[in-house]
Amino acid sequence: MSKTKLLFLTLVLTFLGQNLLAQVTFQRNGVYDEREGFYAFTNATIFKSYNEKVENATMIIKDGRVQTIGQKIPIPAGAVVVDLKGKFIYPSFIDLYSSYGLPEAKRAERSFRRTQQFNSKKEGAYGWNQALKPEFRAHENFTTDEKAAKGYRGAGFGTVMTHQADGISRGTATLVVLGEDREHQMILKEKTAHMLSFKKGTSPQSYPGSLMGGIALLRQTYMDANWYKNGGKNEELNLSLEAWNEINSLPAVFDIRGKLEGLRAAKLGKEFGKTYILKGNGDEYQRLNELKATGCSMILPVKFPDAFDVEDPYDAMLVSLAQMKHWELAPTNLSRIANAGIEFTLTTDGLDKKSEFLKSVKKAIKHGLSEEAALKALTHTPAKMMGMSNQIGSLKSGNLANFIITSENVFGEKAKIHHNWVKGKPFVLKKLDEADLEGNYSLKVGNQTFKLMVDDNNKMKVEENDSTKIDVKSSISNGLITLTFSPTKKETNLFRLSGTIGKKEWSGNGTLIDGTWTSWSAKYEGAPEKKDGDKKADKKKGKGKGKGKKDKVASDDKLGDVIYPFMAHGYKERPTENNYLIKNATVWTNEKSGILENTDVLVRNGKVVEIGKNINKDVGTRIDGTGMHLTCGVIDEHSHIAISRGVNECTEVSTAEVSIADVVDSEDIDIYRQLAGGVTTSQLLHGSCNPIGGQSAIIKLRWGFSPEEMKFEGAPGFIKFALGENVKKSRSSTNNRFPDTRMGVEQVYRDYFTRAKEYKIASQRKEAGFRRDLDLETVVQILDGERHISCHSYVQSEINMLMHVADEMDFKVNTFTHILEGYKVADKMAKHGAGGSTFSDWWAYKYEVVDAIPYNAALMHEQGVTTAINSDDAEMARRLNQEAAKAVMYGGVSEEDAWKFVTLNPAKLLHIDHKVGSIKEGKDADLVLWNDNPLSVYARAEMTFVDGLKLFDRKLDVEIRKEIAAERNRLIQKMLADKKGGGKTRPARGKKSRHYHCDDSEDEMID
Amino acid sequence: MKFLNIILFMCLAWSLTAQAAPAPPQKGKIAILGATAHVGNGKVIANSLITFENGKLLAVEDATGIRLDRNSFTKVIDANGKHIYPGFIAPNTSLGLVEVEAVRATRDDREIGNMNPHIRAIIAYNTDSKVTPTIRSNGMLMAQIIPSGGRIDGQSSVVQLDAWNWEDAAYKMDEGIYVSYPSMVSWSWRTRTISKNKNYGKQLQEVEDYFTEAHAYSKNKKLSSKNLKFEAMRGLFDGSKNLYVKTNAAKSIMEAVLLFKKFNITPVIVGGGESWMIADFLKSNNVPVMLSKVHDLPDHEDSDIDQPFKTPRMLQEAGVLWCFQMNEVAQSRNLPFQAGHAVGFGLDKEDAVSGLTLNTAKILGIDKTAGSLEVGKDATLFISSGDALDMRTNHVETAFIQGREVSLKTKQKDLYEKFKSKYENQK
Repeated sequence: MSKTKLLFLTLVLTFLGQNLLAQVTFQRNGVYDEREGFYAFTNATIFKSYNEKVENATMIIKDGRVQTIGQKIPIPAGAVVVDLKGKFIYPSFIDLYSSYGLPEAKRAERSFRRTQQFNSKKEGAYGWNQALKPEFRAHENFTTDEKAAKGYRGAGFGTVMTHQADGISRGTATLVVLGEDREHQMILKEKTAHMLSFKKGTSPQSYPGSLMGGIALLRQTYMDANWYKNGGKNEELNLSLEAWNEINSLPAVFDIRGKLEGLRAAKLGKEFGKTYILKGNGDEYQRLNELKATGCSMILPVKFPDAFDVEDPYDAMLVSLAQMKHWELAPTNLSRIANAGIEFTLTTDGLDKKSEFLKSVKKAIKHGLSEEAALKALTHTPAKMMGMSNQIGSLKSGNLANFIITSENVFGEKAKIHHNWVKGKPFVLKKLDEADLEGNYSLKVGNQTFKLMVDDNNKMKVEENDSTKIDVKSSISNGLITLTFSPTKKETNLFRLSGTIGKKEWSGNGTLIDGTWTSWSAKYEGAPEKKDGDKKADKKKGKGKGKGKKDKVASDDKLGDVIYPFMAHGYKERPTENNYLIKNATVWTNEKSGILENTDVLVRNGKVVEIGKNINKDVGTRIDGTGMHLTCGVIDEHSHIAISRGVNECTEVSTAEVSIADVVDSEDIDIYRQLAGGVTTSQLLHGSCNPIGGQSAIIKLRWGFSPEEMKFEGAPGFIKFALGENVKKSRSSTNNRFPDTRMGVEQVYRDYFTRAKEYKIASQRKEAGFRRDLDLETVVQILDGERHISCHSYVQSEINMLMHVADEMDFKVNTFTHILEGYKVADKMAKHGAGGSTFSDWWAYKYEVVDAIPYNAALMHEQGVTTAINSDDAEMARRLNQEAAKAVMYGGVSEEDAWKFVTLNPAKLLHIDHKVGSIKEGKDADLVLWNDNPLSVYARAEMTFVDGLKLFDRKLDVEIRKEIAAERNRLIQKMLADKKGGGKTRPARGKKSRHYHCDDSEDEMID
Repeated sequence: MKFLNIILFMCLAWSLTAQAAPAPPQKGKIAILGATAHVGNGKVIANSLITFENGKLLAVEDATGIRLDRNSFTKVIDANGKHIYPGFIAPNTSLGLVEVEAVRATRDDREIGNMNPHIRAIIAYNTDSKVTPTIRSNGMLMAQIIPSGGRIDGQSSVVQLDAWNWEDAAYKMDEGIYVSYPSMVSWSWRTRTISKNKNYGKQLQEVEDYFTEAHAYSKNKKLSSKNLKFEAMRGLFDGSKNLYVKTNAAKSIMEAVLLFKKFNITPVIVGGGESWMIADFLKSNNVPVMLSKVHDLPDHEDSDIDQPFKTPRMLQEAGVLWCFQMNEVAQSRNLPFQAGHAVGFGLDKEDAVSGLTLNTAKILGIDKTAGSLEVGKDATLFISSGDALDMRTNHVETAFIQGREVSLKTKQKDLYEKFKSKYENQK
């Protein structure tokens, strides 16, 4: 449609609309009393839109819509004229993330503790998972809530998008205005967005019990919905999938709990051609570039954390540097997002009180957000996001008369909202003509005189003496004023005064504490004394004077840097140098050349390019390795660090569809700590809760990088299998999940591999109505040799069993991990071609390890099994070199071979030995420089390189400690000053992440 | 039923494995010649002569220039190039009380109840545990066994690790009482937050009240009836028993020291993760520390990454009496390597040995007879062909407990030999 046509249509609609009779379906008890709401607001400063300001303007509204705005517009006859000299009009604000007017989801009864609920208990033809409720319709459940609406209006809002914040798919949100009429009038658009999250909410169902499970569930659901559309409906009626398809084209809002979840949601969405609107958490500035790259727009909170109470130095230790820095930098989130060019809108979500909203926005403005960007985010952007710009978000002709009238610039220090008009109906917050009473008064009651102080919110106090001030209760309306207070702090009886407000003088009658009547008066004496903070601000504004002081203010406000990852030991800037020449070290090559004394290693562009004596090339930085040992980086075949919210999807016997790769956590201090132990590559494995567990992620310990950047390029896929006590749930006395014995475990495998074979055949037929099943698809990858197994295992019977199943079903077990009885079947393992990745000396912690021996690695190795030693533990991984040395002690393995147990052999098991696992020309420069023989308990990793980047340096670490201490001190002092200045504080409270082990299986999806 | 079966099966399976008999008392005189002796008090004798009779050390001296009359000894061990150490002591362990951690029926370390000073670890101590020989074969020849689980956990005892029954094993019976000091903070894994323990004040008051009453009880000459719990605590007030207080936070430690001072008790701090922050306070109050694991993660993400590695050195430099412990059962065999790791982070090697021997003995109150290679003390010692603190070289060849040469066989070595020979026979 051309622009002129559109304009014409708009005009016609506008005028037609005015002449139409307002008709409703409801019965009327009385005579017709619909009003036109015909108003003319004059002499105002009007923001027609966020970037179009008209001074001294008039706005005409009628029938709930804006007619015109402009200067010198003739006032039509019949309009109520409201003079707004000195006042401002803005389109009212829009909050897209609200639960306004919707009932809270009721928590369904959970099944008996620790027994699992496998399927949905929702009655009717709905989907299998109770956490998915695409069929929920907010508009069908919406009721006007006058109290809540009032709160929103007080903060300047006229419209909210509301939904029931419960579950992973929460169904649709609806856009409503914040008036108090019938729902029929308040709902602007029934279905505006599909609401999603990674929170299970009230669903009592076991699956998903982890974040990666939640991601997999959404992935499968997108596919199921597609299947349903393309023939699946012939198989079954599924109201949930039907609803999903119905709302799939709506904008989708994803509620994230932090910056990394934002990246995860965005990545998931991309797989299905979706660009979500992310409802953020306030920490987005900590991974700004990555979030920007997603192309997602955002709904952002303005809840900024309070300072911590850090007066006690020991208590303060609970609070991490990251928490302190976030306290300081959170108010800069919005300006950084705006400067990055990310489209965003604001929400009141997270605020304790709606009345804090504008204060918080002003705080963000003080921290660099432009007023225009703020107004855009509150009006234009949300309207645009929901495709409602022709109704709300600006005051162009024909739009709803949804606006606020303010005393000054809405972001000004003392701005007050006078009116909030919703669909042409006024809600008065502060009368336009209400006197501004701020100031000091001399209050005479009978023969007593008090100093009465009134602040800009009309809060009043009388001064008993310099240090004692007494609160005065007051009420002001329509020119009348009532004051009650006790004349002294000790007195319990009150003065009760009532009177009228005149210009700079109030007077009337009242009673004293003994009840006798007297007259009283209050005379204006002057403006209130300013607080320190205000004075500074004034001076800053003042032109010319106090230049020096201005600079001082600026330096007081100096903010710390954003560091990556956002925690102690994070980088301001990542190292980029990847050219080094390491001179004269003892080099453990792990190759045929063995251990070379007095040898140089040249690293160029992150790769080892030359190994030899007396290399003299001018490239990169020289490092003297005299007296030191240089090895390749340690590789941990079995690790559970750097994983967000759940290492196990414990809820089904096979969860092959879930993947640790979806939940890699780049912000885990263990990454740095393990670099300090010489680790450079880790396989992050799913736990051992089920016979067929989830897919793993192989990462390099690229500290400071994003989750995606940490992944080992080109590494093949792996999956965790598990046998024995954990999958049998032997420690649970209420297990109701098959299998409960090792006998059952075998049948799980036979069943899954049988079905996977059938699935593969069916998938190749490409018949209509074929449903992709991510669980089976992953098992097919194993059959096709595209995905390798790392199987948690202990006793010989089960190890034997799995190899038999594998032989019969025609797949390979790549690695048996833990494998503490591997020594009993090492010959069989070697024959099958399975490797063993074991603990050095763990035993006796559970029944299936009573026959574990520390000679296991030696015996497997002697039988030709590719043998590795792993950690399965965030602490032990810091000293895997020592664990390898135990193979020297127990079983007399040669030092060279023992060293391979934690380097080359795990590289082979992970099929990445062409890139890592030895020092060889062409391989990645993942190197560790030790101060001693790396197998010695006395050895320390002095420097650790990943891809030639020096990501750990013990000498530098000493400097980093000093920086951490200094930065902590700066922030503590700042928090103390904030508290002294009257800022809110909260008790010192620390954050501590979990260290996962194989058998951690608590539900991580409950809010 | 199923559970019972598991237990029965387990007992059966384990009884099949041979367990070496405890060694008989020392007969005759034994000499060890030429080894590097790590005395335990910080001294090293490069070429040592060590002799013992009736389980007691006769001589510990420099062998240089001494011509040994070999005939006057029943046995002379030539240990040139080898190392000799006092038997290492593993304090704060449930060894012998817990066989398999995850199998409840094999656990005897946690009694029901909050205030359990009357509970005695020693009577549940299983001398036939399959774990003990694996500990012994890495050089730990004595241990302090402890109950756990309450506010007052119960009484600990020191045992030697080669015995027929707990009476034989007991070296110092019921020598102390363990208290789990209330924690000032609590951690919620669900929200990942550490916050102040809301019940802290109440929990602390309970401890103080309990000690106040027990103290008053101990002074009461006219008791109408006996209270077993308070009877058990008498030793704390007359100085015959140690008080072991498990706590880590600096503030808690100081508070605990001040609290127990009211009862004239100087506690032993067990754990003391943050003890390095208040080392001067500990020193000036003569408070010893049984230090938490060296192989541990730092408390906070802001902490120095090597904090637990360097804490022993920091305490040593500050002059605090401290020793190593792990509070583990099967993993206790790695205690010497924890000491070695601390050496890697600056602790003197011989100070590390003291942290496994004499310091421990001093803290446990057994240093008159144990803990170092000094004349008159027990001949509880072992020979390693290499450095016993380094897994790269450690190999314990011979061990004596009170002069008795003890077996170094373990169930694990048996299994190793069994399967090694299986594979050898296949060739």
